[in-house]
Amino acid sequence: MYKIIKKKILNPTVTLMDVEAPLVARKAEPGQFIILRVDAEGERIPLTVADFDREKGTVTIIFQIVGATTEKLNHLNEGDSILDFVGPLGVASHTEGLKKVAVVGGGVGCAIAYPIAKKLHSQGAEVHSIVGFRNKDLLILEDEFKKASSRYFVMTDDGSYGEKGLVTDALKKLLDAGERYDEVITIGPLIMMKFVSKLTKEYGVKTVVSMNPVMVDGTGMCGGCRLTVGGEVKFACVDGPDFDGHEVDYDEAMARAAMYKDFERHAYEETCNLFKQEVN
Amino acid sequence: MPNMSKTRNEMPTQAPDVRNKNFQEVALGYSEEQAIDEAQRCLNCKHKPCVNGCPVQINIPAFIQEIGKQNYEGAYQVISLSSSLPAVCGRVCPQEVQCEKYCVRGIKGESVGIGRLERFAADWHNAHPVEKIERPQLNGHKVAVVGSGPAGLTCAGDLAKKGYEVTIYEALHLAGGVLVYGIPEFRLPKAIVQKEIDTLQDLGVTVNTNVVIGRSISIEELMKENGYEAVFIGSGAGLPRFMNVPGENLNGVYSANEFLTRINLMKSYQEHSTTPIMPFKKVAVVGGGNVAMDAARCAKRLGAEDVYIVYRRSEEELPARREEVEHAKEEGIIFKLLNNPTEVLPNEKRFVGGMKCIQMELGEPDASGRRKPVEKPGSEFVLDVDCVIVAIGTSPNPLIKATTDGLATEKWGGIIVNPETGQTSIEGVYAGGDAVTGAATVILAMGAGKTAAKGIDEYIQSKKN
Ligand SMILES: Cc1cc2nc3c(=O)[nH]c(=O)nc-3n(C[C@H](O)[C@H](O)[C@H](O)COP(=O)(O)OP(=O)(O)OC[C@H]3O[C@@H](n4cnc5c(N)ncnc54)[C@H](O)[C@@H]3O)c2cc1C
Ligand code: SF4
Ligand code: FES
Repeated sequence: MYKIIKKKILNPTVTLMDVEAPLVARKAEPGQFIILRVDAEGERIPLTVADFDREKGTVTIIFQIVGATTEKLNHLNEGDSILDFVGPLGVASHTEGLKKVAVVGGGVGCAIAYPIAKKLHSQGAEVHSIVGFRNKDLLILEDEFKKASSRYFVMTDDGSYGEKGLVTDALKKLLDAGERYDEVITIGPLIMMKFVSKLTKEYGVKTVVSMNPVMVDGTGMCGGCRLTVGGEVKFACVDGPDFDGHEVDYDEAMARAAMYKDFERHAYEETCNLFKQEVN
Repeated sequence: MPNMSKTRNEMPTQAPDVRNKNFQEVALGYSEEQAIDEAQRCLNCKHKPCVNGCPVQINIPAFIQEIGKQNYEGAYQVISLSSSLPAVCGRVCPQEVQCEKYCVRGIKGESVGIGRLERFAADWHNAHPVEKIERPQLNGHKVAVVGSGPAGLTCAGDLAKKGYEVTIYEALHLAGGVLVYGIPEFRLPKAIVQKEIDTLQDLGVTVNTNVVIGRSISIEELMKENGYEAVFIGSGAGLPRFMNVPGENLNGVYSANEFLTRINLMKSYQEHSTTPIMPFKKVAVVGGGNVAMDAARCAKRLGAEDVYIVYRRSEEELPARREEVEHAKEEGIIFKLLNNPTEVLPNEKRFVGGMKCIQMELGEPDASGRRKPVEKPGSEFVLDVDCVIVAIGTSPNPLIKATTDGLATEKWGGIIVNPETGQTSIEGVYAGGDAVTGAATVILAMGAGKTAAKGIDEYIQSKKN
């Protein structure tokens, strides 16, 4: 059992938790993820390591409530425990030798982008962060990003905060203004990563994306997480989650991500109903 | 006077059209009367040809004699001298190519039902527990075991009995390896596997689930920082192979590992499980081994109307246990033999819309001695399916090799060991089971666990002096 030490609501649909998992905390690096199972009937879901404290033996996860499992997870509180919590899984993000980087995060993807920005910053790299949200209410990790970046831009779909527009608009402006990056690191919805990669390809800037497909075991055993990258099949859980953004087959990844949509909607509604009944 | 019936006692089973809708065990096990009757078919041969067919050399006639004398616990004890998992092996061993293949009674009739009798003795033992196992005196030495499949469980058990302090590290949330995530409930009830694990824990073995060796802790750290004097790697052959045909990443194409894991480990067939599995109607399973049979029979149980086994050779070459093939046929699985997939076709939603196949014929024998299947030109056709399950084999997971400096492996990934001791290229590090041989059998993995336990014991004892 893995105890929840801290719980913080970041916005109405995004929650942060510090979980006691010393083995994971000891080894975790930005870019890696964990797999958890809330209870005995729960599915295994991957979540990126958003932060870690090696001394305290805790790992921070940030998740968006999108389905039955994250809904159940969100109903746990400080002092409660998560049944299974395994990691760190996947390959850590490569940050060595990078001098100037644009970190582009979308929505809850910012939770994954943040530890990378932080690490780059602590290594002395110049970090420009561009974060995008649907609206102001959904904004997360603003102070954290500001601390880790020399330039910070917020984009919202409706203009309720920062500038109105897409993260690609902001990135394009920077590139057009002559900013040259060793690498663009982008994490967020598939469609956003697809368009960021398309843009950076035009400018010839190396781009790394973090993929988060459906997973089961997270150890390379099932192949459920497979993607096509540069014409080859890769397992995101062991070969990734980071891949060359210019090589990923996004359309395939989007189709695969939608595989269980109907099932999930149903399970989510059922879980919500259950919780509602408990309240009444 | 031996029982000279040419045929063996039939195994009572659930009726095919009942069982293909539930996940309860298919074979129900011999009654006492049947077991005694079957035991009396054994001639107690002096030269024991059956024993030579057994990978771990169980003294077969001796345990069968005990059953004949109604000393069932005695029978179990005889088996226990050579095997750690009788209740499992009695159910899943390919007896027809091992002990039963060499049985004298098989010459003029059916061989003695050795596997069925083994299962009977083991089930009897489990149903009549003797006094609680006493924990052996600890000898002050620590050993780590990576993986909790049959190889790891056996190695851990043997070492614990000798007084070692053993910790098993398992990547998944449940111990048992393929026995829990691969082989379905209807063939191997999970309670039996759990019983084996409980017994190990009674012996003092610690089971740490949710630890991926190579990621959470490395082998080197186990030895240098955690104080283990030896490590046994029983990490299996979990990496699924795909066909490399177009359309293989469409929605609805699964590796057998994924399909079976969703069902067996995550229990997606049960109402309350939140792990999804789709209600597919027409399923093609590619491959002809036990894994393929298990996947096909699971698909049927989940409500698929048409389930096909698509295999490129003929019936004779099917590598699955005979009994599984027969059970699958009885349950309505359709065998499309001498066919090979060439493409998975999409429907408009990027789900599987069909599978293109080509007919095959058998040509000259290849390196494995089996006749090589060759394509019949112009014989392509489309099989109407909405799900494809790929069960064409697995290889060892490269994670441990990639994170352990100096661990020698074959090109295809198998860890190289000294077959006498199980030792790898690194001192103090041993390996066995599918991680060494590639996908094989429970009994071989168990045997390898035993060999390595002996090797580890000798190594640690020799270091002491
Ligand atoms: C569907 C199916 C049906 C089968 N049917 C039969 C049958 O009827 N008869 C038969 O004899 N054989 C059968 N087999 C084969 C048999 O199950 C295997 O040969 C046997 O289980 C191998 O045992 P093992 O201990 O080597 O490995 P496994 O059983 O594969 O166990 C390995 C364990 O190690 C864990 N692991 C892997 N990497 C790590 C790591 N880095 N850190 C920690 N843990 C790790 C895995 O999660 C797994 O639990 C079948 C296999 C499958 C898949
Ligand atoms: S070969 Fe057959 S008859 Fe002879 S001892 Fe073995 S099981 Fe009995
Ligand atoms: S999640 Fe199973 S192989 Fe990646």
